[in-house]
Amino acid sequence: MAAGVATWLPFARAAAVGWLPLAQQPLPAAPQGCEARSDEVLVVNVSGRRFQTWKNTLDRYPDTLLGSSEKEFFFDPDSGEYFFDRDPDLFRHVLNFYRTGRLHCPRQECIQAFDEELAFYGIVPELIGDCCLEEYRDRKKENAERLAEDEEAELGGPGGAGADWALPPGSPFRQRLWRAFENPHTSTMALVFYYVTGFFIAVSVIANVVETIPCAAGGRAGWREEPCGDRFPLAFFCMDTACVLIFTGEYLLRLFAAPSRGRFLRSVMSLIDAVAILPYYIGLFVPKNDDLSGAFVTLRVFRVFRIFKFSRHSQGLRILGYTLKSCASELGFLLFSLTMAIIIFATVMFYAEKGTSKTNFTSIPAAFWYTIVTMTTLGYGDMVPSTIAGKIFGSICSLSGVLVIALPVPVIVSNFSRIYHQNQRADKRRAQQKVRLARIRMAKSGTTTAFLQYKRNRGLEDQDGAERPALSTRSSSAFEQQHHHLLHCLEKTTSHEFTDESTFSEALGVISLGGQTSRSTSVSSQAVIGTSTRASSLISSCCPRQNKQRRAIRLANSTASVSRGSMQELDTLAGHHSPGPQSSRASLNAKTHDTLTLNCDSQDLVAAIISIPTPPANTPDESRPRSPASDRGEGPGRPSSGSSSSSRGALRNSSLGPSYLLHNAVKISSL
Amino acid sequence: MRGQARKESLSDSRDLDGSYDQLTDSVEDEFELSTVCHRPEGLEQLQEQTKFTRKELQVLYRGFKNECPSGIVNEENFKQIYSQFFPQGDSSTYATFLFNAFDTNHDGSVSFEDFVAGLSVILRGTIDDRLNWAFNLYDLNKDGFITKEEMLDIMKSIYDMMGKYTYPALREEAPREHVESFFQKMDRNKDGVVTIEEFIESCQKDENIMRSMQLFDNVI
Repeated sequence: MAAGVATWLPFARAAAVGWLPLAQQPLPAAPQGCEARSDEVLVVNVSGRRFQTWKNTLDRYPDTLLGSSEKEFFFDPDSGEYFFDRDPDLFRHVLNFYRTGRLHCPRQECIQAFDEELAFYGIVPELIGDCCLEEYRDRKKENAERLAEDEEAELGGPGGAGADWALPPGSPFRQRLWRAFENPHTSTMALVFYYVTGFFIAVSVIANVVETIPCAAGGRAGWREEPCGDRFPLAFFCMDTACVLIFTGEYLLRLFAAPSRGRFLRSVMSLIDAVAILPYYIGLFVPKNDDLSGAFVTLRVFRVFRIFKFSRHSQGLRILGYTLKSCASELGFLLFSLTMAIIIFATVMFYAEKGTSKTNFTSIPAAFWYTIVTMTTLGYGDMVPSTIAGKIFGSICSLSGVLVIALPVPVIVSNFSRIYHQNQRADKRRAQQKVRLARIRMAKSGTTTAFLQYKRNRGLEDQDGAERPALSTRSSSAFEQQHHHLLHCLEKTTSHEFTDESTFSEALGVISLGGQTSRSTSVSSQAVIGTSTRASSLISSCCPRQNKQRRAIRLANSTASVSRGSMQELDTLAGHHSPGPQSSRASLNAKTHDTLTLNCDSQDLVAAIISIPTPPANTPDESRPRSPASDRGEGPGRPSSGSSSSSRGALRNSSLGPSYLLHNAVKISSL
Repeated sequence: MRGQARKESLSDSRDLDGSYDQLTDSVEDEFELSTVCHRPEGLEQLQEQTKFTRKELQVLYRGFKNECPSGIVNEENFKQIYSQFFPQGDSSTYATFLFNAFDTNHDGSVSFEDFVAGLSVILRGTIDDRLNWAFNLYDLNKDGFITKEEMLDIMKSIYDMMGKYTYPALREEAPREHVESFFQKMDRNKDGVVTIEEFIESCQKDENIMRSMQLFDNVI
């Protein structure tokens, strides 16, 4: 109900006296305990700024925070005021809503912040008054688009050109091919291909141009100079064939790799590609006879469309294309108004010049040419009016031409500028993303090491009993201590422990050796080093699938959960751990299962590792799985380094959740 | 405008006494609509004229002023306000009748004084006052008699407020029957009209009505 309704309700009730004498049945009793309209002034303290208002004002909207009993949660009896730890500037708008019944949107505030405040106070944004509603919607849409762009760039959606992260190694060839096409700088091959196609486009275009230049005729046609194309037909034909072959190959490859072939076929770039290569094939298969030679010549014109293929290579061209597309209506208006003006002036000029003998203005369409040339201020001078009237109208024509053309231009320019800035923003965002990911990685590694340090200290404590190592008294904040305590509780709950990557892989070796399911006390860094990793005994005989899975899960547990950044991960992990490895709640778990196919024959162990990059010595950026050969070559003598080098192959932890699981094939060689 | 700097408490009633010219009456709409502003008489005067306490008047005025900053309610606004309470039916006709009942000087607008005066009668008046007020409501042409046609109009407007979805379903003759029973009860001399005396007398004899009169004592 609207604001004022609450105010008028007593009046409406009072007016019900009018029904009394007419009532055929006794009226019900009035509700008791209706609080008398106590009119006290409430003090609302928002981050130190005190707002005072009547209680009735707040009561107008009983389904919001301030209007309902929910505000009692924020009441501070000592000071007798309601304290909210929120933004006081935005609260002003919220309070005004109660007072006036209209919600206004502050223009200089971030729309997201405003939204959050509204959500906190229980006010639906649809209540924003008409005066501010449009702007609110626009800004919200802009924000949403920006976020959507962000996400798309993250995930590298189909055709999304933003994602730079490496595809999982196991992804299909097709997907990799598509990525190579869309993001040439992801791999060397793609880059090479990119430049090669660019080169051939240039070659093709230049060849088209050059073959029309008149070369010295030599002996054949005497004085007449003939174009180079006719002089060296074979050379040009070969070049053309080569280019078309390359383009055809590229087109077919793109068609094969495209995630959605229908969409690809309909896209502009593929149409350009098709148009670029079709004339050649048509010319090839259609016999060259005189009837069709005219058409054939026309076809050759289409070869110039190959130049548009450069738009894959050039950002600016694409921007221009978008601009023109988005300004279609302005361009249409321009065209329409120009046409009108041309017709008008052409008519006028024709009739003005009609009387003159030997005039160029033979008909109105003939006068079109004059009008166009004049309005665009070209003024070739091939047609000039000779009568005075003609000259007068001619000058009017040229003046108006300047005006008409100048009008839509600013709109097109502003559109171009907007799109250009959007593109720049995309690039900037990509760069920022990289920096952000790097920072998150560093933070995570810091957390892990802190936790492991804590455990080491505790481990040492347990061992040494009374003695307290100096390290444990190192100052760690209360938050950290509590956090670590929490992780410790989790460990106790699940009877598993957190560990880090190197110890995990070493422990795998331990298991492989003894086939024991004991959890390694890899807490401290006295991991099992120097144990040979004899895979033969390992996998075939006594490592039940359980163990491997549990261990993998455990590692997944450890590494993911210490990421302070996302408590959700913690939840999901804690959640799926209790029922044992069989439960598959998070995709995390699912992946774990998928990849832990113990293949006794191939003696491969594939483990899912969400890892944190270990000591900075390892380049976390290396995303390729190490080739098995290098692992295999390590030999028993250096198993630790072997396993750690294999672990080095693992991978970046992206901040965005379990979907970024990366797999590492750890081949423990049988020796 | 000094009114803008005025605090809500209206404590300083000197601002509001009649020494200030009341701005243009609402009737002169052709000049500017938005600057029409009607200020009520002083607080003390209203206190004398009505039976509300000072505090109650303050509360009432604050609410009124918030909704109608111009100080008056015209018929359209009134209808709109009233219809918000009866979303199912059509309350516009009844609202018109109500408006006429409040608009005692018949100038097409209800000012705060009218508003408060009406409320005072309903909520703080004697039984007779209230009955008088009700009679005034029914008597559409204010000639002192309620005819069957007037009562039928009133009845129809009240039934309109119920809307379509009622239980039991509304029949066409329901208002007419209700009018008949009303006249049966009220019209002593069966002359087809109900005068104020007949009305008051009949109502005083009816216990239900008497009892229900107390319902509205603590609405404010």
